[in-house]
Amino acid sequence: MAIIYIENKPYQAPEGKNLLNACLSLGFNIPYFCWHPALGSVGACRQCAVKKYRDESDTRGQIVMSCMEQVAGGLRISIDDPEVREFRASIIEWLMANHPHDCPVCDEGGECHLQDMTVMAGHAYRRYRFKKRTYANQELGPFINHEMNRCIQCYRCVRFYRDYAGGRDLEVFSAHDHVYFGRHDHGTLESEFSGNLAEVCPTGVFTDKTLKKHYTRKWDLQSAASVCVHCGLGCNTLVAERYGSVRRILSRYNGAVNGYFLCDRGRFGYEFLSSAKRIRRAAKRNSASGAMEPADKKIILRSIKEIIAGGRVIGIGSPRASVESNFALRRLVGPDNFYSGMSAAEEELTALSIRIMKSGCASFPSLRETEKADAVFVLGEDVTNTAPMLALALRQSVKNRAAASLKKNRIPEWDNGSLCVIKDEEPGPLFVASLLPTRLDDAATRIFRGSPTQIARLGQAVAHAVNENLPAVSGLEQAVAKLAEEIARELTEASAPLVVSGAGCLSGPVMEAAANIAAALAAVNPRAGLFLALPESNSFGLGLLSGKPLDQAFQRAEKGEVRAAIILENDLYRRSEKKRVDRFREQCRHVIVLDFIDTATAAKAEIILPTAPFAEADGTLVNNEGRGQRFYRVMDPEEDCRPGWRMLAEIMEYAGIGDAGQWTTIDDIIAGLCAEEPELQGMREIAPPAEFRIYGQRVPRQPHRYSGRTAMKAHEDIHEHKPALDFDSPLTFSMEGFRSGPPPSLIPFYWSAGWNSVHALNKFQAEIGGPLRGGDPGIRMVGSSHKNFEYFKPAPVTPTPGGREYLLVPYFRIFGSEELSVLSPSIAGRIPGNLLLMNESDAKRIGAGNGSLVRVAVADAGASLAVKIDPGIPEGVAGYPAGMPGVEFMNLPAWGAITEGG
Amino acid sequence: MAERPLTGDIRPGEGPPRLTEYERRGGYAALKKALKQMDPAGVAEEVKRSGLRGRGGAGFPTGAKWSFVPMGTDAPEPKYLVANGDEMEPGTFKDRYLLEGNPHQLIEGMIIAAFAIQASVAFIFIREEYREACAALTRALAEAFAAGYLGGNILGSGFNLDMKLHVSAGRYMCGEETGLINALEGRRAVPRWKPPYPQTAGLWGKPTVVNNIETLCCVPHIVLKGAEYFKGLSRTGEGGTKLYGVSGKVKNPGCWELPMGTSIREILEEHAGGMMGGFKLKGLLPGGASTDFLLEEHLDVNMDFESVAKAGSRMGTGTIIVLDDRTCPVGFIHNLQKFFSRESCGWCTPCREGLAWVEKTLAAIEEGRGTREDIGILEFHVRLLAPGRTFCALAPGAMEPLGSGLKFFRDDFDRHISAPSCPWR
Amino acid sequence: MLEEIEMREIDEDRARCHNTRAGMIEALKIVQRRRGWISDDVLYELSAHLGVPPGELDSVATFYNLIFRKPVGRHRILICDSVTCWVMGEEDLKRRLSEKLGIAPGETTRDGRFTLVPNACLGVCDRAPAIMIDDDLHTGLTPAQLDAILGRYE
Ligand SMILES: Cc1cc2nc3c(=O)[nH]c(=O)nc-3n(C[C@H](O)[C@H](O)[C@H](O)COP(=O)(O)O)c2cc1C
Ligand code: SF4
Ligand code: FES
Repeated sequence: MAIIYIENKPYQAPEGKNLLNACLSLGFNIPYFCWHPALGSVGACRQCAVKKYRDESDTRGQIVMSCMEQVAGGLRISIDDPEVREFRASIIEWLMANHPHDCPVCDEGGECHLQDMTVMAGHAYRRYRFKKRTYANQELGPFINHEMNRCIQCYRCVRFYRDYAGGRDLEVFSAHDHVYFGRHDHGTLESEFSGNLAEVCPTGVFTDKTLKKHYTRKWDLQSAASVCVHCGLGCNTLVAERYGSVRRILSRYNGAVNGYFLCDRGRFGYEFLSSAKRIRRAAKRNSASGAMEPADKKIILRSIKEIIAGGRVIGIGSPRASVESNFALRRLVGPDNFYSGMSAAEEELTALSIRIMKSGCASFPSLRETEKADAVFVLGEDVTNTAPMLALALRQSVKNRAAASLKKNRIPEWDNGSLCVIKDEEPGPLFVASLLPTRLDDAATRIFRGSPTQIARLGQAVAHAVNENLPAVSGLEQAVAKLAEEIARELTEASAPLVVSGAGCLSGPVMEAAANIAAALAAVNPRAGLFLALPESNSFGLGLLSGKPLDQAFQRAEKGEVRAAIILENDLYRRSEKKRVDRFREQCRHVIVLDFIDTATAAKAEIILPTAPFAEADGTLVNNEGRGQRFYRVMDPEEDCRPGWRMLAEIMEYAGIGDAGQWTTIDDIIAGLCAEEPELQGMREIAPPAEFRIYGQRVPRQPHRYSGRTAMKAHEDIHEHKPALDFDSPLTFSMEGFRSGPPPSLIPFYWSAGWNSVHALNKFQAEIGGPLRGGDPGIRMVGSSHKNFEYFKPAPVTPTPGGREYLLVPYFRIFGSEELSVLSPSIAGRIPGNLLLMNESDAKRIGAGNGSLVRVAVADAGASLAVKIDPGIPEGVAGYPAGMPGVEFMNLPAWGAITEGG
Repeated sequence: MAERPLTGDIRPGEGPPRLTEYERRGGYAALKKALKQMDPAGVAEEVKRSGLRGRGGAGFPTGAKWSFVPMGTDAPEPKYLVANGDEMEPGTFKDRYLLEGNPHQLIEGMIIAAFAIQASVAFIFIREEYREACAALTRALAEAFAAGYLGGNILGSGFNLDMKLHVSAGRYMCGEETGLINALEGRRAVPRWKPPYPQTAGLWGKPTVVNNIETLCCVPHIVLKGAEYFKGLSRTGEGGTKLYGVSGKVKNPGCWELPMGTSIREILEEHAGGMMGGFKLKGLLPGGASTDFLLEEHLDVNMDFESVAKAGSRMGTGTIIVLDDRTCPVGFIHNLQKFFSRESCGWCTPCREGLAWVEKTLAAIEEGRGTREDIGILEFHVRLLAPGRTFCALAPGAMEPLGSGLKFFRDDFDRHISAPSCPWR
Repeated sequence: MLEEIEMREIDEDRARCHNTRAGMIEALKIVQRRRGWISDDVLYELSAHLGVPPGELDSVATFYNLIFRKPVGRHRILICDSVTCWVMGEEDLKRRLSEKLGIAPGETTRDGRFTLVPNACLGVCDRAPAIMIDDDLHTGLTPAQLDAILGRYE
């Protein structure tokens, strides 16, 4: 810490930080545009000017840009000096020369950084009297709207998109006062992170197109803290609602998880909430006609009571349902009858991953910490498509070598201009071993492509090269052996090496090999990390509840031991082969489905009870690193919908099971859970209990400018509606309450006096870009302090079958492979189509070309797909579009036959 | 006649000396001396002692600039030397004279400079419009490579140097040294923040020295004849000769190599032949478009960096642009600002938006659409587009003729506004 | 279509460059030298040849003054509009050129013969006013001399 003087008063600030960051962290207001805590400083906009003095006797001072100054002991500055204030106001005046001032019709209005900075800089009257320049806008696809006239040339968009996220189709064109930010031509933005432009752009150039479809001003939105449900990373989100429909998702800062950003699946997937496939009414099959008919919930509950009374009831949980809901189901059917509902491979890999983490074999960095790794080896995971934000983090990691070399020249890491010059000159080591080409290949030092077995063998060879006491891999090709040596060398020499793997290639041996490498590294370097991705939002949480594999449920049904199955938020057709699920259905007399989406499984149910999706429910999800995080409902569920756990509690109460009658709030359930699962004690700490108050007050979900609430329901009733009550959390569905400084996990939106844009976040962080004041939300549920790791033995090499067999491997797509987001119209526009990826010569061999229809058959399943020739695919391997809409489940990887013709 | 080491061998109209001719007149002797009798530190020291100040406009001492380059065995590699021949500053035409007239002199100077900083790759950056210079350099480079002055193990000294010609695609910002570096890397020629200075982290993050063409052409003479000789060429404390030029309504516009510190009056009257018949001197820009106006009363100022600065302007490139009494000063300044605003790279706010506003305001005044408030707008820009407030020196440079013009020719501005029209039209 | 000879020249230059990016400007110029300007089609082909996305190439191409992204005539007239030439009669020259060719600065004649491009200082201020047609400089011009000069360019 250094002492710096601001207006002649001493303050403590971290040495070496940039001055703008330090001043904002100290609570001073300095306007800025081109700077962004995640993007660093470039000094382009000249908005953040302050006066710097040589020493105490210097009275004239010199204007400098605070974002380009380093904090050093004795630094003296003034923010208030009239000359520098005039300069900052003038910057706004220049920016306004060509800005259209169309705030009333601009989507950014009311949450515009430019508006805030204009007020902060004190500029009011514009003297510019000439014609303003105008631009043509571009059609950028389903996510992002483009309105170039509003641009203030801060260069943030291209710096985020290109330099930070690795996108290559957004650029700056032309020069002087005609610079243009956009694509080379109309067309969909290719980056999986394009949605962040809406938050990164300080004004209304890049805005959320999905919000535009049902636009509402920020101050009229009711919001709540939530957690993304579209992959296993658990990025934090802010969900915003009006008139009972969710209008948009923003990134909710979590200094340990997603930081400032979100991927496009997470941001735009929410539209599934208003999908026509939503189930909103309880329904029962008419035994005569066979048709599903809406029925009174009471009647249904009575039927369920009878079914349960009949015995032999099992429950099938779900990795996309909250811990609370899964636990409630387990309580309802009893632990012996509770099945996790994951596919066999997911089940096995989740358990393996939890086991590895509990073993404490290495350090298990948070998502955000992976950005700091200085050598990375990815085994078998196409991170962009399975854990998208991890790809963004790894893209940052490859810059650390350049940053270190800058440091040697005493250039601070926040000097982004310098970093961009040399980041391609000295790229950090990133090795990617994958089944198929990945989106991260362009950033990779070296790429290895092979089957899961080959990847596992490479991994074991690396582990052996790191620690020669581990068994050597026999019969390795020379090139692979050399690669293993190189990877091992880079990882060993790094100060924070990172091994990444996960369930992405559905192979245990690959994950085991990754664990071995990390453990071997960690034995000599405590900073060596392992990051294991899991596919779904609560895979880990469900894994902790020790449900039994789905297969065993099927076996029990086979033996006639299942009379009724209660299936919670799960489409079994995504978990197992169609034949087997169909059989299971036939073997169960009663199938009760609780879900919010009409799935193939629900279509065959006898009884359907509508649950509430994340925006209408509270609950806990545990992400891939074992971090439990609470999400809050942004509105009360409508019609018959209830959070899964509440619906199950109602059933239990009705059926008189256990003490469920006492389960009225989520806190009750968590208490019950903690009593049964001592390992999950942490659940209590994740969020404050419902009775938590600040000065006796709750935390409002609506901002203080929320308008029209007395008239919102005037079409139904002239009287103002009473706001819904919330018994599950300290939040209220109103504007009343205590709004400053709620505990981080409760923050429903960012706002602070003078800060209406997303940058209001500054006021919630202990240090800008660092943890939130009060600590980042979430509790890691699995401690890895005890070290009892035993190295995994390399799996035996399975012989390749002869004949015309291909190794079918799954491939996942950020847009397409995830069950819920594909129901979002904006995402649906990005789904690539169900294509079988093949090498050209393989395709030729079976007489197929691009687009020809082929038949794929493995042991228990088959499908007809169109071929896409991809030169990056190894011979003898074919990529199967796992989990995509309309694609049948196959237990992959597996050997199978591919024949021409549908 | 005084000595003209840089231009003495230039015979306009005859084409530049080929290698053998250049060698016959003593060319590459300096290089031989440097490589065989001196070490890099010795060369740098000689240049430092000569008092040579950069001829690119800012007058930064060349020896000092070189001394910031990391030397020794653990210095980053490779290091780069760049000759800045962008010369897009309006009114400036001195580097062209040297490039077209004697390319080997530049190449020799560059090899010596590269040796002094132990650079292994050198670039000559010139603008596309300089076709003749480009051809001359291409030929001279081939000759120098063939003769072993360039390439590996030069003259058996163990010193290696590759040298490439880069022809610009055109932008004033390419002349600014960090913009130039971006251009060489194939990027948009926007400036880079300093620090790091190019000498420690320039091209591709490696140590890089950017010097003006004229600066580098001085080097062989300093090395061959010594610092004292070079100092002695000057009439003032700043060493060497200087290429001065005059353009505008004078009898004999041109470019001459004269002792550093020759007075403006002597340059204007003796070399440029005085004003054309019927024209009177109203003011002049002493060193290119981005310098402050001087008036008749400043004619006895000596043209060197210090003296011109004392008179309230900058020597800049040393090429004088004359404003006569029959040319509208508002139009003159508008023309300059049109150039600057068009050439702004678009990176920082004050320059990008401010210069365009200034240009539009001046156009309005010149066309009789000016208002009283416009003067305030112009003054506001002069005050606020000051060094340190914009990202690079382009906009502050642009404000020099505008600020001094408003001071000296304020009546003329006022007359445009009250008329309202241009009194010269 | 990029021609064989263009690709060869580009590849030769690229081989001497630090990386592909460093060869981008020269590659654009090589193509422009034969075609006068860079059409979208050519930009895409060049992008494919260099393995650089079209946007990245265009971001650079549109930054520089002398890379033309609009069609130009067979002969390109750069007319110096900087200060000394302006003092010495550039406006008269430009007016005369515009009248004669029937185009405004920045335009191309109907017959595709000339494009008139205002340009920053050509660095021959001692011989102002000046224009540059293709690679030839014409200095110290009066409007009257223009007819004869233009006649030399078919
Ligand atoms: C906008 C701008 C344009 C410049 N143009 C040139 C130029 O064309 N040629 C030149 O030598 N220096 C030019 N300079 C100065 C260079 O940045 C740099 O200082 C110079 O090349 C260093 O050479 P010297 O030390 O030999 O003077 C320019 C500076 C600015 C700010
Ligand atoms: S589009 Fe937005 S982010 Fe990009 S430069 Fe303009 S204002 Fe900045
Ligand atoms: S925020 Fe500092 S210059 Fe833009």
